[in-house]
Amino acid sequence: MHIPDGLISAPINIATAVVSVGVGAAAVARARRTLGEKNVPILGVSAAFVFAAQMLNFPVAAGTSGHFLGALLVALLLGPLNGFLVMAVVLVIQSFLFADGGLTALGTNIFNMGIVGGLGGYGLFRLMTLVLPRRRGVFVASAAVSAWFSVVLAASVCAVELALSGTSPLKLALPAMAGVHVLIGIGEGIISAVVVSLMLGVRPDLVLAWKPQ
Amino acid sequence: MKKYIFPFLLAAIGVCLLLAAFLAPFASSSPDGLERVAEDQGFLGRAEGRQVWKSAPVPDYEMPGVGGSGIATALAGVAGTLIVFGLALGLGRLLVRGRSRPGRPAAEDAGESIPR
Repeated sequence: MHIPDGLISAPINIATAVVSVGVGAAAVARARRTLGEKNVPILGVSAAFVFAAQMLNFPVAAGTSGHFLGALLVALLLGPLNGFLVMAVVLVIQSFLFADGGLTALGTNIFNMGIVGGLGGYGLFRLMTLVLPRRRGVFVASAAVSAWFSVVLAASVCAVELALSGTSPLKLALPAMAGVHVLIGIGEGIISAVVVSLMLGVRPDLVLAWKPQ
Repeated sequence: MKKYIFPFLLAAIGVCLLLAAFLAPFASSSPDGLERVAEDQGFLGRAEGRQVWKSAPVPDYEMPGVGGSGIATALAGVAGTLIVFGLALGLGRLLVRGRSRPGRPAAEDAGESIPR
């Protein structure tokens, strides 16, 4: 859901850019204090995985594809703010080097995928861990559900922005965007669950959100 | 038991590069969710010719000047994967550095930092 130039109005692009820079500054400030030496390589590998996996469009319906987002996954591995930094790095490179996502919409894309998707999905995940038992299977299932949710939420916010920009009325854009991303989100859930499951198998210490009883 | 990061790191980046090189060329080329909606609802045209940054060296994930779109996609994927890996790693190093004080035992993380 990388938005190109021309679809989102300037006020929205500016507002989302301001929010994204603010969250970015908070993430940098926090990372300066708390990012562990051990997590630095994971930051790099997470960005590499998100970039590579985002290239793998899978078909979801006739003539429509979707791809992995990764915001929730990296939030689980590194914490939500470090995860945001990973997403921001990937989105900036995609826009500047690969013409994927417009330059004027960069703030909106970072806002939607990094903040709404990443922090929103992570919020749901934390809520689930509050009420559910701390077991590996539950952790993986919660990751899958929150990953699905992160994509649907980000797509819905994207629809609202399109409507506010006068690009498409909300009553058309919202059901269409949410509808197709309900399907794409299933892929997100599966990929996130597989990766989390593998990580818990080989290096549970590198999954920051994993706190066994 | 001290767990070393390097073997994991190597394996993980290897998987990422394999995905980019060997799966990306076979990815679906159908429009994604947003493009599909934009097409269906007739606002895709609003983005046409509106591209602001026109100097992207690898537009559409195809390395220019390489015959065969599969190879071009694979090269673009490998290049992009390495670039974001390097940038995120560099950013992380920058953020962690400056915090470590001279008095701190330097060997604390020695087994877990990657060799320079």
